[in-house]
Amino acid sequence: MCGAFSFFDAAGKGEVNMYDVVIIGAGVSGSAIARELSRYDANVCVLEKAEDVCCGTSKANSAIIHAGYDCEPGSLMAKLNVEGNAMMTELARDLDVPFERIGSLVVCTDEAARGGLEELLEKGKKNGVPDLRIIERDELVKMEPNISDEAVAALYAPSAGIVCPFTLNIALAENANVNGVEFRFNTEVFAIRKMGDHFELETGNGTIESKCVVNAAGVYADVFHNMLSSHPIHITPRKGEYYLLDKSAGAHVHHTIFMLPTKMGKGILVSPTVHGNLLVGPTATDQEDREGNNTTREGLADVAAKSALTVKNVPLRSVITSFAGLRAHEDHHEFIIREVPDCEGFIDVAGIESPGLSSCPAIGKMAADIVEKKYGFAKKEHFIATRKGVLNPAKLSMEERNELIRKSPAYGNIICRCETISEGEILDAIHRPLGAKSLDGIKRRTRAGMGRCQAGFCSPRVMEILAREVPGVTMENVTKAGGASKLIVGIDKDAYDTMPENAERAAKSAD
Amino acid sequence: MEHYNIVIIGGGPAGLAAAAAAKKAGEDSILILERDQELGGILNQCIHNGFGLHTFKEELTGPEYAGRFITEVKDLGIEYRLNTMVLSISSDRIVTAMNRTDGMFQVKAQAVILAMGCRERPRGALNIPGYRPAGIYTAGTAQRLVNIEGFMPGKEVVILGSGDIGLIMARRMTLEGAKVKVVAELMPYSGGLKRNIVQCLDDFGIPLKLSHTVVDIEGKERVTGVTIAAVDAQNRPIPGTEEHYSCDTLLLSVGLIPENELSLSAGVALSPRHKGPVVNESLETNVPGIFACGNVLHVHDLVDYVSEEATNAGRNAAAFVRRDGKDDAALPAVEIVPGDGIGYTVPETVRPKIMNDLFTVRFRVRGVYRDHFISVYFDGERVQHRKKQIVAPGEMEQVILQKKDLAAHKDLKKITICLEEA
Amino acid sequence: MKRTLTCIGCPMGCQVTVDYEGETINSVVGNTCPRGDIYARKEVTHPTRIVTTTVRVHGGVIPQVSVKTASDIPKEKMFAVVQDLRCVDVNAPVAMGDVVLENAAGTGVSVIATKNVPKK
Repeated sequence: MCGAFSFFDAAGKGEVNMYDVVIIGAGVSGSAIARELSRYDANVCVLEKAEDVCCGTSKANSAIIHAGYDCEPGSLMAKLNVEGNAMMTELARDLDVPFERIGSLVVCTDEAARGGLEELLEKGKKNGVPDLRIIERDELVKMEPNISDEAVAALYAPSAGIVCPFTLNIALAENANVNGVEFRFNTEVFAIRKMGDHFELETGNGTIESKCVVNAAGVYADVFHNMLSSHPIHITPRKGEYYLLDKSAGAHVHHTIFMLPTKMGKGILVSPTVHGNLLVGPTATDQEDREGNNTTREGLADVAAKSALTVKNVPLRSVITSFAGLRAHEDHHEFIIREVPDCEGFIDVAGIESPGLSSCPAIGKMAADIVEKKYGFAKKEHFIATRKGVLNPAKLSMEERNELIRKSPAYGNIICRCETISEGEILDAIHRPLGAKSLDGIKRRTRAGMGRCQAGFCSPRVMEILAREVPGVTMENVTKAGGASKLIVGIDKDAYDTMPENAERAAKSAD
Repeated sequence: MEHYNIVIIGGGPAGLAAAAAAKKAGEDSILILERDQELGGILNQCIHNGFGLHTFKEELTGPEYAGRFITEVKDLGIEYRLNTMVLSISSDRIVTAMNRTDGMFQVKAQAVILAMGCRERPRGALNIPGYRPAGIYTAGTAQRLVNIEGFMPGKEVVILGSGDIGLIMARRMTLEGAKVKVVAELMPYSGGLKRNIVQCLDDFGIPLKLSHTVVDIEGKERVTGVTIAAVDAQNRPIPGTEEHYSCDTLLLSVGLIPENELSLSAGVALSPRHKGPVVNESLETNVPGIFACGNVLHVHDLVDYVSEEATNAGRNAAAFVRRDGKDDAALPAVEIVPGDGIGYTVPETVRPKIMNDLFTVRFRVRGVYRDHFISVYFDGERVQHRKKQIVAPGEMEQVILQKKDLAAHKDLKKITICLEEA
Repeated sequence: MKRTLTCIGCPMGCQVTVDYEGETINSVVGNTCPRGDIYARKEVTHPTRIVTTTVRVHGGVIPQVSVKTASDIPKEKMFAVVQDLRCVDVNAPVAMGDVVLENAAGTGVSVIATKNVPKK
């Protein structure tokens, strides 16, 4: 029954009729579940409407591994956050994911509100967060010289960390794929029907059947849930807007700085990233549009204004880009991870908003356990637990680097000057399991185009490499991020045929 | 480790002119490191004409202008390596670079000339809200696609920024068959040359909207439209003035930034005013033996001035090597400061003892001024006073100082350049 | 007939108004210096432009070669010249100054390469 393995995405379309498990969504939750399920002898497929993994909520968030003190004690969120946080060290090591436990500070800027820190400390203790303590201004200023002059004290959580959210998502998916999970991209699910002991999923790439469906669809999770359950859930896309600052600003703070909510509002975070940039955000605006990840003038102004509440002199002149992400906010602000009571075999992984990224190792385990217990899959004999990321030559000595270039000269050809990314790394990103097919795919795997010039220099070069290396991709159809995001509309002078006014102009000019 | 007397970072117009000048000044051990597959730098994609009127007294295209210097460099037998990216420069002038054939290698230099040019400001630096679809390009990236690769990045185009590259691309895209709908400029004046406004926009009936900016970008996958609005005196969009343009492409021509990451790795101090290294009259930075010229030093309006400046840098670097790197930090220096109406000056200091008889200070003004005087003060005394009918930030200005004048002025501390009303 | 032009001589951008009848100029006003007069007279009677564009190269180290009209052509012929170049492609090597198209769009002016493109 497992004879239909395809190690790569949709290539084998049509050959598989019945999966054991279909996971909807290749975000960080779906990919974590896929990896956990790949420990078993089961026929698992991940369906993703985008052209790549990590294209929704997982690509645009705070990149924080929360300690877990602000979740409601006793909630599933609290449990999975603290568990997920603890699992992250090993997971990051096994899967070669940039992760640093830099610690977080919740900064109190109003003496009268100090009680809030005590409450958080108590919650954190109840949730089992290790090593939490309240620090006074003197110590705080030593730890963070740029902390606001208003800061009076802070809750210090040394177990909090920062992670590369792209690499985490990609690594989980790659490892799942290497262990036999199939990924089908550009495969949007339009309808799900329960057919006795199995499900039929109607997709943009034909009908797919599966015994079990895991709903890890992010801001769409309620849509799929409500197709099958008479007890509807409701998810609100909650927009968060961010500024990303140049690496020259990366050392402005050394911990993730949150603001203790006051009468004046909730504040935003200021944090270094694992790549040495500074991240400021997010806002929180509820909306209807599940694809509406546009930034707004008001939102960005809000981020700029609030950055100053906890940190002095944030160098906003060094902004290199802004972006917005959508959190999948469930009405009760709680993770829903369970078999839907009135639909056997349909497992919800819904309402995965912050601290979803922090919790993802535990979410993956919990959801996979539910599935495994129900279907009793056998453990795989040869599960491959580790994965090596795209080689980072910057970490090599000059001798090692020269050896590498001798063997593979592409590593001597720098394509992205801002982040110093070579052609070798880009080829690696293309040719590895679930490899990149678009500019954004390359960017998220290698950081090419993520630097201060924001791909102005390298994009034509990366487009050429994609056109050369990826079957079916040409300069004229290469995309930024799949779908209709084509980068080129034709060749020079082409439009003389297609745009009538050009023909007119040319004819007039020829008279 | 290899050793060259002069290593030049960048084989564009600045690097080429510096190399040729150093060679002609008698220096034989020169190496140019160029990251692209050919010499010439950005001029290779500037296929329009209008280059070289000052230098060659004729109008050349970018590739032709570059071609003259490339030929000269080759004829002079100057060494160069292509497809070579410089990764860092140390303050003791060890250059670390990389390419496919040599791998990662280091070169020790007596003198380094920084000639890396500049890069375009991206969208992120402007905080334009909206989506982040395909179809947003800096004008220079679009120029490379159209002129080097032969591909059209869009058919219906809105351009933000009326810098010369944006204007030139409005014409290029139009001639290649695209429809350029509007050029929006945040400032109340264009940063581009008048000639480009007439020949790139007016010739094709493309409207230029001054004091306007893009306030929204639509399209989740590919750009489908942008909204522009008028701005007030503080550059804030004025509600109610929004106009929507359907288009598949937004080109950005919103400023150039000298590309100084390598300079910083060597400990070179940068000017907050022109974003390039702080230099003295020899175009030498605060790090002895490291020189800078061209757009890495400050963004120029005409390539002719780049060549002229780079020629000086090349000569001075050769002289520095001849002096065997003798530290001339002890020589007294006079400060040159931008006064009223002046954005920056290059250089920032001059050492009267070793300056040339005639010496050019280049600068840009802060706004458009009509009927003003460009004045030069030696400490409190006005020594030059020249009337200009118009000055604008888009055009570089210069004053020429004479060694004998500086020498005649006892205990000179500060030279101020300023604009004065008539 | 009156036409107002923006002079391109300097950043002033004088609005120069020309009163003319066919080839005959009656008056030029609004210019601040003689350059404005010269520019305006030519621009209303015989406006010309250099056209620069690119053509495909086969077998070269780069896929296109930049080209220009060897001298200026009547302004209204710009699109016709580009249209004429649509079907032109050349084989490497190309040398700067090589003629890629003679008598472009009937202007009597050749289009020439502005760059060397060696063989791959």
